[in-house]
Amino acid sequence: MFDSTSPSPPGFESPPGGGELLPALPALAPLLPGGGLRRGAAVSVEGDTGLLLALAAGAASDGAWAAAVGLPDLGLVAAAGYGLDLGRLLLVDDPGPHWPEVVSALAGAVGLILLRPGGPVAPQLATRLTAVLRRGGCALLVAGAWPGAGLRLSVRSGRWFGLGEGYGQLRGRQVEVAAQGRGAANRTRTARLWLPDEHGAARPVEAAEAAVAGPVRGSLAAV
Amino acid sequence: MPELSAPRVLVVWCPDWPVTATAPEPDGGPVAVVEAGRVLACSDAARTAGVRRGQRLRLAQRLCPGLRLRDRDAEAEARRFEPVIAAVAAFTPRVEVLRPGLCAIPVKGPGRYFGGEEALAAQVHAAVAATLARGWEEPARAPEPSPEARPEPGQGPEPGSGSEPKSGSRSGSASGSRLGSESESESESRPEPGPRPGSASGSTSGFESGSAPGAERASEPTSGSGAASGPGSGPEPAPPPPSHVGVADGLFATVLAARAGVLVPAGRTAEFLAPYPVAALGDAALAELLIRLGIETVGAFAALAGGAVADRFGPTGTAAHRLARGLEDRPLAPRPEGLDLTAEQLFDPPERLAEPLIFVARTLAEQLHTGLASAGLTCRRVSVEVSCADGAAAARLWRHEGRLSAAALAERVRWQLNAWQAAGTFGGDAATAGFTALRLVPDELVPDRGRQLALWGQAVAEDRVERAVARVQSLLGYAGLRRVDPAGGRGPADQVARTPWGEAPATTADPPPWPGRLTDPSPTVVPRAPVPVEVLDAAGAPVTVSGRAEVSAPPARLDLAGRPLAVTAWTGPWPAVEYWWDQARARRRARFQVAVADGRALLLTVEDGHWYLEGAYD
Repeated sequence: MFDSTSPSPPGFESPPGGGELLPALPALAPLLPGGGLRRGAAVSVEGDTGLLLALAAGAASDGAWAAAVGLPDLGLVAAAGYGLDLGRLLLVDDPGPHWPEVVSALAGAVGLILLRPGGPVAPQLATRLTAVLRRGGCALLVAGAWPGAGLRLSVRSGRWFGLGEGYGQLRGRQVEVAAQGRGAANRTRTARLWLPDEHGAARPVEAAEAAVAGPVRGSLAAV
Repeated sequence: MPELSAPRVLVVWCPDWPVTATAPEPDGGPVAVVEAGRVLACSDAARTAGVRRGQRLRLAQRLCPGLRLRDRDAEAEARRFEPVIAAVAAFTPRVEVLRPGLCAIPVKGPGRYFGGEEALAAQVHAAVAATLARGWEEPARAPEPSPEARPEPGQGPEPGSGSEPKSGSRSGSASGSRLGSESESESESRPEPGPRPGSASGSTSGFESGSAPGAERASEPTSGSGAASGPGSGPEPAPPPPSHVGVADGLFATVLAARAGVLVPAGRTAEFLAPYPVAALGDAALAELLIRLGIETVGAFAALAGGAVADRFGPTGTAAHRLARGLEDRPLAPRPEGLDLTAEQLFDPPERLAEPLIFVARTLAEQLHTGLASAGLTCRRVSVEVSCADGAAAARLWRHEGRLSAAALAERVRWQLNAWQAAGTFGGDAATAGFTALRLVPDELVPDRGRQLALWGQAVAEDRVERAVARVQSLLGYAGLRRVDPAGGRGPADQVARTPWGEAPATTADPPPWPGRLTDPSPTVVPRAPVPVEVLDAAGAPVTVSGRAEVSAPPARLDLAGRPLAVTAWTGPWPAVEYWWDQARARRRARFQVAVADGRALLLTVEDGHWYLEGAYD
């Protein structure tokens, strides 16, 4: 059903928002070629849900709808903290083997799809879905690997602040995010971010903060 | 609203039916049917002696020492009235039984067929009288010994109770009794129900002089003779029970007309009703108030301006005012129960292909919408049901809420059939067996109040989103796609509710504050069910939390699904005692935040000595 033979219903020609790029949070914009998520392209986010949510929050900030497919344990409060509008979020928790059909059905309606595929994705399937996404003007954020992803983002190192030995509370996490693209975007870009900061949002780490940010006893650093 | 004139109604009334339904006394002695210590109905002989409906038993027995008492037999009342209904149903099948002893038919159709209202009334009356006469021969021959008949009471009850003012204030006590029989008391409270409007009409109107009422009266002496042969009419066989027929505009007026045994010409019901006391309207509180205001007759009440009545007496007063003006306060025949608006198409021979079903779905959807619209309803959901020749069946609910056009509904049927075929729901041989039926069943009918797009703060779903949602629901089922609504709570999973698309959220968001709510940042991964985890201290012993929120030892290691993780920092416990006032929902737990060696932080919960992973920060 999801293949390219199914015609897109009338009225679906112009994607919402019009532009070629979906916006990104200012903290994340330097990592992305052109400063935003490209419509119809897939971005693979390996391993880190916070990064996935932060990317989605920026892309859905202009009133577009978003859908989360196959991500039943998404922390929705955290997503709202990054700025995602929960009123415009659709949840398809258990697509099972039908996830490609679900993605193609949603591609024409929402601006952004967050996806965790049910298993390894065959390259042919990825190609067909990408065509559907491009026609619908929908960006795809994949939690995991995606064949032919235009951009791969990952968290290289992360460190939580705020916890001590039996006291304190989580205040924020400093991460180093790396983005590697294909072709012209082949150069790896990195950025140091608060993901999240003490308000649950994402922002870049100031130079002064890197030194200040370690008032907690004990080493919390981890790789 | 005079344009909404009430339809013509014919009412057949058999007086004192609770008494009539029990076996008559062979000697015509006074009989009363009692219920809950009061007189429910009495025979003419007893009435002559002063027994009245609603009287206390003691008073009735004092007034009429020979009174024989029967318990009420509702089953016999209904059973014995059945032949009467059958006789009336011979004229028109649309008989509405108000209660045993009282039934109504619309005059419009049969009136024309049987040659006018007068002729119809006369024929109905004759048929009912014949039925009653025939039906009573048998029980009169073999009177069942009534086991409920009590021994003759003593001559004088206590004098104190005899002076009870019940007989004087009967309008109050009667209207306080059950609705079904209240109007019987009306006729009793007016000793001469028929003549009174008639005598009043001598000055106000002349309709009593019409030929039809005269005919009615001529047929009435059955009851008159029954009354005359009351107490002292020896052992002659009991006369057949009397019956009365009345015709007027609207059910309320017609019941009164039947008691009077008159035929009120069309449009003159208000004149007919005018002399009745306001208590006849059947609302005791309203009647009392009206009398205190100096309005004693229905006619005086009807003369008030409708707007003033609505201002002063509200909806019940307005309904009574409409009755007083000879209008209808409710339709004669209620809508049949279990209104079936299902639109169905059977396929014989079974249809092999899906396309004809899709074609038919459009017609069915239009049929469904027409049915709903004519009933003034809309449905929350529509169930699309398909049956196959091999016995397989599938159904799927679709959100409707009045926002789907017939074409959109048909499109959903197409998606549904495609999805079912793709999923192999109908098994391998469905293609050979074929489809036998397609049904569209409305679910959860609600009055159609128009459609509101969205409330404030609720995102308006664009058409394209609605369509995409519908397609996903066709694949995964009604609950396969959810939306997020804010909810009240402390834990990360409690603060949002995942509601199936199209349903109203189960709970409304409780306003803040929620003391003890976890502060930002919130975990990015919240498992649907808490994951069991083992928390060990440096010595390898499980960490416990006492009732005073003290930790047995600092946690040093976790065992999460067989994966050991070293704890690098931790904080807690944060006790959370929730809903302690509600046994079923009470929870007592403590939360920890823990940073572990792989760079993540975890939200742990300890409850009843077991540790769970409630969320992960990564």
